[in-house]
Amino acid sequence: MGNITLEKVQKKFGETEVIPPLDLAIEDGEFVVFVGPSGCGKSTLLRLIAGLEDVSSGEIRIDGKPATDLPPAKRGLAMVFQSYALYPHMSVRKNIAFPLKMAGLNAEEQNKRVERAAAVLNLTDYLDRRPGQLSGGQRQRVAIGRSIVREPAAFLFDEPLSNLDAALRVGMRLEITELHERLKTTMIYVTHDQVEAMTMADKIVVLRAGHVEQVGSPLELYRNPRNLFVAGFIGSPKMNLMTGEHAARHDCTTIGVRPEHMRIVEEGGTFTGRIIVSEHLGSDTFFHVEIPGMDEPMTVRADGEIGLRHGDTIHLEPEARQIHRFDEKGLRLA
Amino acid sequence: MARAVPNSRKAINTAVAWTIAILIFFPILWTVLTSFKTEATAIADPPVFLAFDWTLENYTAVQERSDYFRHFWNSVVISLGSTIIGLIIAIPAAWAMAFVPGRQTKNVLMWMLSTKMLPPVGVLVPLYLIFRDWGLLDTRLGLVIVLTLINLPIIVWMLYTYFREIPVDILEAARMDGAGLASEVIYVLTPMAVPGIASTLLLNIILAWNEAFWTLNLTAANAAPLTAFIASYSSPEGLFYAKLSAASTMAIAPILIMGWFSQKQLVRGLTFGAVK
Repeated sequence: MGNITLEKVQKKFGETEVIPPLDLAIEDGEFVVFVGPSGCGKSTLLRLIAGLEDVSSGEIRIDGKPATDLPPAKRGLAMVFQSYALYPHMSVRKNIAFPLKMAGLNAEEQNKRVERAAAVLNLTDYLDRRPGQLSGGQRQRVAIGRSIVREPAAFLFDEPLSNLDAALRVGMRLEITELHERLKTTMIYVTHDQVEAMTMADKIVVLRAGHVEQVGSPLELYRNPRNLFVAGFIGSPKMNLMTGEHAARHDCTTIGVRPEHMRIVEEGGTFTGRIIVSEHLGSDTFFHVEIPGMDEPMTVRADGEIGLRHGDTIHLEPEARQIHRFDEKGLRLA
Repeated sequence: MARAVPNSRKAINTAVAWTIAILIFFPILWTVLTSFKTEATAIADPPVFLAFDWTLENYTAVQERSDYFRHFWNSVVISLGSTIIGLIIAIPAAWAMAFVPGRQTKNVLMWMLSTKMLPPVGVLVPLYLIFRDWGLLDTRLGLVIVLTLINLPIIVWMLYTYFREIPVDILEAARMDGAGLASEVIYVLTPMAVPGIASTLLLNIILAWNEAFWTLNLTAANAAPLTAFIASYSSPEGLFYAKLSAASTMAIAPILIMGWFSQKQLVRGLTFGAVK
């Protein structure tokens, strides 16, 4: 069991309020991603749950039991750090066995569990090496191994893939998702990368300056962003946001259209502009279009290969049903 | 990119370095040489450098007059004892200062350092009286206590600097893995800080071994370490240079040998954290 609830949890560093009172419920077995720009308080929130920081007020419950005043060791959670945080003086085997040793398991049981975790994570051949002799990806797997052997109530991941190169990151992303499918244990994952959030999460918590901006499934957030911040943050490339007369036509202050919801038409169309950059990925093509009277270039996604180049004129028509409308406070209009 | 250094420059640098090294080392060399001379040759004018009749009579005389091994053992007990007790107190203290600093941590550290600026003679009388009343005069226990306290600021400072180099993530990982405070310090922090702890240990043994002010003032016979053993040769009977040199050589030999074998560790420890 690993449901975690936060009730009016607040964190202050001196006089600075980093997390204003916040409520959050995480169900057992959920994969929850905290996402937001750097400095939004997502890591602090994770550390509050872990017990590595003390809450200033409010209550944390793990498995329904009060955990606010428990030290990290007593909360039954496991954490994977961005820096891996392996014990450099211990072999991989001892690193993975450390939580078991702390739990007082006998050597035989420790070994059995270490071997099992190593097999799952393809680390069997590296058990007798030191962390310094491993690659980044292997180190991250050891860190994950160390966290799974203890069978914790929940896993906490603090930007675990940030130190890996792009190719490895995609691979590890799949491994972690797969691990969640297999273990069905609650996972809380902190990242600033919205692609990781979209691809891995059951539930995304978007944070800004310590506030929860929106909580929901990836597609809910994608389809119905509650405000301009979420609209701009979720989705890559970003949603095109337009104000002024374009928005006035839809009775609102701002409208948003995702790049894939802009159709390229032969002539006419709501927007006409000049292509300043075209990115050809083979499967898709992204055009960055300069529209007269607009501050930022508009991004358009087209399926497959389209024969338009830099400098060409392009006509665009947003799909009427896919236009997001926001009021003057930036909140979504139905 | 490394700069090219002309050969002439290298030769000059080498010559200067050797000159300085020999200047520093010369008194020790002279002491060792003198210990093999007769009392007459030792004060000969002009001094004799190598061309004299080498003799071991001073060593025999010194060992006959005073028991070298008793003093040696006292030195070992006092320097090791004070260093180990110092480490046991300083490791948790440095842990606290490095990883959970409070508002006053910096001030406490400065205050500890400031105690080293006080002239020891300023507290000699009160300390002497306390020792007399508590029956600690001329006991090894008394010296261990004094030297522990004298060197504690240095031990804490050194460990504090080493500990600050250890990523706090790793200690937090240990906490998440179920380690309590004691396990965290014993299984994770201490093994990671071994190079730092080792050089602190070595340096403190050397400092305690060479400490003369307190050892001379608070001991007489029973607990007298090698410093007192040397001092006993500049006695009212007059100066016996050759015997004094023999005593000095015997007193510094153990620590010199230890220093020689651990020089790599010492240098590494003392420059630890200087370059990151």
